[in-house]
Amino acid sequence: MLELRNVTKVYNAGTVSEQRLFQDFSLTVEEGQFVAIVGGNGSGKTSLLNIICGSIPIEAGDVLVKGESILKWKDYQRYATMGRVYQDPSAGTCPNLTMLENLSLADNKGKPFNLRRGVDRRRTDYYREQLRALGLGLEDKLNVKMGSLSGGQRQAVALLMATMTPLRFLILDEHTAALDPKTAEVIMALTDKVVREKRLTAVMVTHNLRYAVEYGDRILMMNQGRVALDRAGEEKRTISMEDILTMFNKISIECGN
Amino acid sequence: MLDLLVSTLTQGLIYALISFGVYITYSILDFPDLGVDGTFPLGAAVTAVLLVKGVNPWLTLPAAMAVGALAGLFTGVVHVKLGVRNLLAGIITMTALFSVNLQIAGSNLTVDRGTDTIFTSAPVTALLGDMSLMGRKLVVSLFLTLAVKLVLDAYFRTKSGLLLRAVGDNAGLVTSLAQDRGAVKLLGLVISNALVALGGCVVVHEQRSFSATMGTGQLVYGLAAVIIGVSLMNFYAASPLARGLVERKGLRLLALPAGTTSVILGSILYKLCVQAALSAGLPANMMKLVTAALFLLVLVLSGRKGEAIIHA
Repeated sequence: MLELRNVTKVYNAGTVSEQRLFQDFSLTVEEGQFVAIVGGNGSGKTSLLNIICGSIPIEAGDVLVKGESILKWKDYQRYATMGRVYQDPSAGTCPNLTMLENLSLADNKGKPFNLRRGVDRRRTDYYREQLRALGLGLEDKLNVKMGSLSGGQRQAVALLMATMTPLRFLILDEHTAALDPKTAEVIMALTDKVVREKRLTAVMVTHNLRYAVEYGDRILMMNQGRVALDRAGEEKRTISMEDILTMFNKISIECGN
Repeated sequence: MLDLLVSTLTQGLIYALISFGVYITYSILDFPDLGVDGTFPLGAAVTAVLLVKGVNPWLTLPAAMAVGALAGLFTGVVHVKLGVRNLLAGIITMTALFSVNLQIAGSNLTVDRGTDTIFTSAPVTALLGDMSLMGRKLVVSLFLTLAVKLVLDAYFRTKSGLLLRAVGDNAGLVTSLAQDRGAVKLLGLVISNALVALGGCVVVHEQRSFSATMGTGQLVYGLAAVIIGVSLMNFYAASPLARGLVERKGLRLLALPAGTTSVILGSILYKLCVQAALSAGLPANMMKLVTAALFLLVLVLSGRKGEAIIHA
């Protein structure tokens, strides 16, 4: 269970451009829940993820995992049980390392980075098998530098790397936004498969309203640091694209977007 | 002429040690570490003092590396823990070390002819006794530089080495691997500065003197060597010859030379260029000017103009 409790987040505090994004914001994500978050620009979606991951500080409130505060944990400490895939496909991999080296790094998460061999050749068959399951023909490119792969291929590998070792939370930060529609579909289907197979608690920010409706078991619509709509379970399953669009347009008009 | 070539080659090999250090910070960590200009004479000062005191010359190598590592740790703590920008962290270390070096050495030092260096010590003369001093210097430098190269190559293939290469390539990924990126940078700075100080150490063995200003321009030298070497290797890797070699199983390594090999070649080439300029009649006082001018030329020709060349 992941919980944000009475969070206050202020940008540029004490200056003329001070902007209060969250005020007393609370959110609870149940164990194993797959939450899709939508909302316009500046509604606080990405800030929410950054607060969960410890990438940005907050002014007040608490972040809890299974009831225990992780507010004082550094970002890298939080990632021990979290995986994150970013919008930018190059953010999740090292462009100048080969795919094999990238996968080896991800495979070693949670273990010490000592003077043992960096690439364990005995694991290559396992990597190949995982890559084959992606269906993108990557299994023959283990010795290719990551940077020479396409955005979609890199994103698929980034997703694989983020979820390779046992973890509890998967944070998806508009991870299909930079991909072409067909590749985005592939990555989204892969994401869904991984979340189900590994029974992860997932928080996904997306600009694609259809993905938010089709995937996950809870939908949140954010507006100016508040939850404008929150549907889970049966309510989520019966929600239609039109309902979401109507709501989204209403908010946008209110905000003058 | 041959003598000049041998001594230039020796210099290129010795200074490759410094370039290895610069390679780690600039090329792998994406950290332009100006502290190099202080760490190089630090290694030299410690070595000169130990040699004058009659310490076994081989022991000065680990001693210089240890103090260099400390200097790197200092730069790292200033940058990582105190949050000072990388360029400024290096400048602080460099400036502080100028005084520290003078404190250690007292003043400029000369190691007299009667004192053994690594080039005249017993095991070397026993093995290479028939060779001239100049020849021995070349062989010992070659041995040292290749040894360091092989150890580094092996290190880069370990889990720790892989993480070091990852932090300069994509620091965010290191964080998502639940590793402290600051600690990894710190480790890189420690290794880098240990190597730079080792370079300073061997230079003292070679020229038998320490001067407080000998660090000036060392970073530029190292950068130039790294950029020349890496640029040439990239050029070579894209050539039909290298692409042909890649296909052949046994020759694959020849087609994909390690970054450290590029650095050695870059260092030797750069020393050759500077030596050529001096041989053409430029006075020795103009050496740093030549170094800077050549560096500028290399930057412009390689099309880099100073942006990072991440070559992990």
